[in-house]
Amino acid sequence: MQVKLAIRSLNAWFNSRQVLKDINLDIIANEILAVIGPAHSGKSTLLRIINRLTENQPGLRWEGSILLDGREINDLDTTELRRRVGLIFATPVPLPGTIFDNVAYGPRLKGRQSQRQLAETVERCLRAASLWDEVKDRLHTSALRLSGGQQQRLCIARTLAVDPELVLMDEPCSGLDPISTAQIENALRELKSRYTFILVTNNTKQAARVADRVAFFLSGELIELGTASQLFTAPKDKRTDDYLSGRIG
Amino acid sequence: MSTARTSSRPVMLVRPLVWQTLIWLFLGLATLFTIAILFFIIGYIAAKGLPVITLRFLFSLPERMGKEGGILPTIIASWALTILALLVATPVGVGSAVYLTEYTRESALTRVVRFGADALAGVPSIIFGLFGFILFVVKLRLGWSILSGGLTLALMVLPTIIRTSEEAIRTVPVALREVSLSLGATKWQTVTRVVLPNALPGILTGIILSMGRSIAETACVIFTAGSSLLLPRSILDPARSMAVHFYILAREGISMERAYGTAAVLVISILAINALAYIIMFRFMRHRR
Repeated sequence: MQVKLAIRSLNAWFNSRQVLKDINLDIIANEILAVIGPAHSGKSTLLRIINRLTENQPGLRWEGSILLDGREINDLDTTELRRRVGLIFATPVPLPGTIFDNVAYGPRLKGRQSQRQLAETVERCLRAASLWDEVKDRLHTSALRLSGGQQQRLCIARTLAVDPELVLMDEPCSGLDPISTAQIENALRELKSRYTFILVTNNTKQAARVADRVAFFLSGELIELGTASQLFTAPKDKRTDDYLSGRIG
Repeated sequence: MSTARTSSRPVMLVRPLVWQTLIWLFLGLATLFTIAILFFIIGYIAAKGLPVITLRFLFSLPERMGKEGGILPTIIASWALTILALLVATPVGVGSAVYLTEYTRESALTRVVRFGADALAGVPSIIFGLFGFILFVVKLRLGWSILSGGLTLALMVLPTIIRTSEEAIRTVPVALREVSLSLGATKWQTVTRVVLPNALPGILTGIILSMGRSIAETACVIFTAGSSLLLPRSILDPARSMAVHFYILAREGISMERAYGTAAVLVISILAINALAYIIMFRFMRHRR
């Protein structure tokens, strides 16, 4: 098993408050790792650190080591890192402009491409995010007119268009109805063969449905890590059990 | 039945419905008053000025100090000054705003710059005129010229452009910037592809305001561009703007009729600028929504 991302002794502080405590975690290539835990347990911060978006966030600092394919992420150029590590936010944020423009945003950043090449990429990514059939006739209408679920799948397509290796998802289904959620989960299962996912979710059922392994975070600590079936049926730590049965969190 | 004495509520001196009506009346009258003044001014100038405006008035040179002939040089001067001022002030102003919002963290320096811009925005234009006269006309030996006048106007409108652009840029959601960055955009790509297009309506508002102020400015221009009635042939020539022409015609009692004619052209220019800007903005927004 190839380790895609290795997190070693990661500590993070927001001003003087420690938000992540000595995290050690390996993400294996082509798996979906779900990260669950109550609010403020450091899940989103972890994703933002991996993507180095925290650099624009005053007050947040971290130390430790994060290796992407064995290379320190801090040694990589931020734009290169972010092209290799995509991030899907909790609330879908379409860029103002058409559906096509949204998906083409990343490829266009890399430089000139023929219109045909762009169109191919847009179609491929919209198909991968299972949105193509719904929008193929209105690619050149505003992305803001899509429903919430469609917008989130558009955001997934937009991220895939950059051709990432690892995709970080921060509660991608938190504002969505069950049908949209199911569509996104289906897309995830299909994409697993080509990408690696870290899925932060508040929804333990979702984690059980799509994840290969699950990590439980509580107050900035990694409490338990296991396969989905093990962690949900026979949690080893009492706190995991308490969280899963609704006694904490 | 509860009376005012037994009720715990405060005694109402006026019944709510009456109070509502009074407020409605007051607010309505205030609005009406504002609009009425605006229409009175425009109407008055139009009534006095429009009959003077003929093709000959617009496209010929003035004769006998402006008592006869047209106002072509002043129209050209006004537009040249305004366009020059904006060509200088827009990149510098928007650039400063981008720097303040995107490339620095909030610090003592940014607060000083912001305070300075606010203070400058409140400085009377005649002070800018004097400054422009000393710096451009005398020290830099540009003389009374469109160049001196345009640069002085640029200084005058710069704070407005910086502050309106800054506010506009600040209203662009952080989430949009993060999306752009997360897709592998550099900071500059994020600024040019996401931040500025989304802030454009606000930035444009500042530019339109500045345009209006530049084209209508008198004090600043009379000090720096002079009041020559000759047709300017380059930006190094002195020139008289419409506003200055209007001022001189009226003050020297040369021709009130022609002063109103000039004023009408000026007002129409400003209205045209505004209309044009709204059309551009509307087109742009429709394209993006």
